[in-house]
Amino acid sequence: MPHAVTFQQVSRHFGAVRAVDAVDLEIAPGEFFAMLGPSGSGKTTCLRLIAGFEQPTSGHIEIFGETAEGVPPYRRHVNTVFQDYALFPHLNVADNVAYGLMIKGVGRAERAREAEAALEMVKLPGYGGRKPGQLSGGQRQRVALARALVNKPKVLLLDEPLGALDLKLREQMQEELKALQRALGITFVFVTHDQGEALSMADRVAVFNEGRIMQTGTPHEIYRRPQTRFVADFVGSSNVLSPDLTARLGGPRQWASLRPEDIRLDTDGHHRGRVIAASFLGSATRITLEIDGETLSVLLPSGSAVPEPGEEVAFSWSPGDLHVMGDEA
Amino acid sequence: MRSDRQNRTPMGLKIAAAAGLAFLHLPLLLIFVYAFTTEDKSYQFPPPGLTLKWFAVTWNRPDVWDALTLSVKVASISTVVALVLGTLCAAAISQTRFFGREAISLLVILPIALPGIITGISLRSAFNLAEIPFSFWTIVLGHATFCVVVVYNNAVARFRRMSGSLIEASMDLGADGFQTFRHVILPNIGTALLAGGMLAFALSFDEVIVTTFTAGQQATLPIWMLEELVRPRQRPVTNVVAMVVVLVTFLPILAAYYLTRDGDQISGQGK
Repeated sequence: MPHAVTFQQVSRHFGAVRAVDAVDLEIAPGEFFAMLGPSGSGKTTCLRLIAGFEQPTSGHIEIFGETAEGVPPYRRHVNTVFQDYALFPHLNVADNVAYGLMIKGVGRAERAREAEAALEMVKLPGYGGRKPGQLSGGQRQRVALARALVNKPKVLLLDEPLGALDLKLREQMQEELKALQRALGITFVFVTHDQGEALSMADRVAVFNEGRIMQTGTPHEIYRRPQTRFVADFVGSSNVLSPDLTARLGGPRQWASLRPEDIRLDTDGHHRGRVIAASFLGSATRITLEIDGETLSVLLPSGSAVPEPGEEVAFSWSPGDLHVMGDEA
Repeated sequence: MRSDRQNRTPMGLKIAAAAGLAFLHLPLLLIFVYAFTTEDKSYQFPPPGLTLKWFAVTWNRPDVWDALTLSVKVASISTVVALVLGTLCAAAISQTRFFGREAISLLVILPIALPGIITGISLRSAFNLAEIPFSFWTIVLGHATFCVVVVYNNAVARFRRMSGSLIEASMDLGADGFQTFRHVILPNIGTALLAGGMLAFALSFDEVIVTTFTAGQQATLPIWMLEELVRPRQRPVTNVVAMVVVLVTFLPILAAYYLTRDGDQISGQGK
């Protein structure tokens, strides 16, 4: 079976700007795939390349084994949930959801039935008669989802789908999206700048920076074994240790990453540092340690004793928590 | 926030405002009154008597009908031309980025900012240079220059309000360019086009200056009225026609106002 989406050395340049630069990518059928990166990292352009809104400057794209470059968006078996939802304001919810079916020439009764079924799937039964303007942000998002899914796409693209929702709604939608994807078995590709979202929802994550993929892997791999300084810092704000500091802390003279939550303060620790700042985060307290001019951040679980700024503390970590990334990470 | 002080308008200002409005609109009433006068050589006030006979006289004058037909035809075709070109131009300016986009946007609006007499003279010399004989089509061409602007301004305002991803969403859901235009773009800019079209029609219908330079022997309704004023006989006929012109141009502008008052400004009313 071919891959759901394949990129071979795909580039998309806008003038001198290399929005996407020689990207290789393979997304498996039925996978929940996240493209994670800061804004301007090329993740959205990659999504638009799959949707067909952009054409690659060079390289080759395949969707389920079929060449995609040169194929317009309306001939791809791919649907998109847009960041601003892009619901048609002049149509009611049912007609919005049924739009793709109407274009395909499906009869009115059949269309209405399928639209209602899709609305039920996103838990908005009976909302067909309303106009998009009468819905809340979360409801609009569900309608956008129903409008895409009713076409039974081979790949569903989601562009920052939860970005505009408040925290509580976002967490709820994360679970629902995940459940929906599992139930339908459709390949989901979603773009986000929120590492928590990517780690909690995706089967695999590609971390983007400056038009390139820095690392692809399962959330666990990305989080535990970052290959570059950028990934270590962007995903979970790990401590990135310079070769000097790594050597001083007993490792090889190479770049390394050490998770703030993996560091423990204990009196028999091998290493010593001075507390220069502490901030209360709710579920944890973040303290910043200074070791010979370099800083380390440490997350203390709530309930543990928090040292005062200026105090000298001893700290340690379990072997294996210090992840060595190499000479030029 | 509204305070009592702001609500209390000084009496002097009220009178001044009323006087200003009266100054603007009383002459219009006078035109209507003279349409019913029994005296046909000079505009005598107050009218010596009232009659409806001028309506019958006007109805039976073939030159009025000729002028009216010509004006309606010119205005209709100019409006159609303006709708097509104005919409295309607005779509290009608001949906794409290309070199010289701002310059083109300015050039399109220019005809309405230029005095009509400049547009008229330049078109006339251009027609002469190209050896195009004056005809119905030269009038249409002259009118289209400013009608396009009105449609363009209304359409571009609506395009800007329309989220760009709507078009992408439509394509994403399987619609090609034509289907997207029919099912998404047209319903979203429809009222703006209707409003722009009505304004364009009204502008063309009462245009004098550009027309005098681009028409040959033909007279549109406003030109006919101008010529008629010089004649000493049957003057009230002109007033009857004037009433018709007021109604024909005022109603579309009123309709355009109501169609677009939710958010869009109607551009080009001032011409």
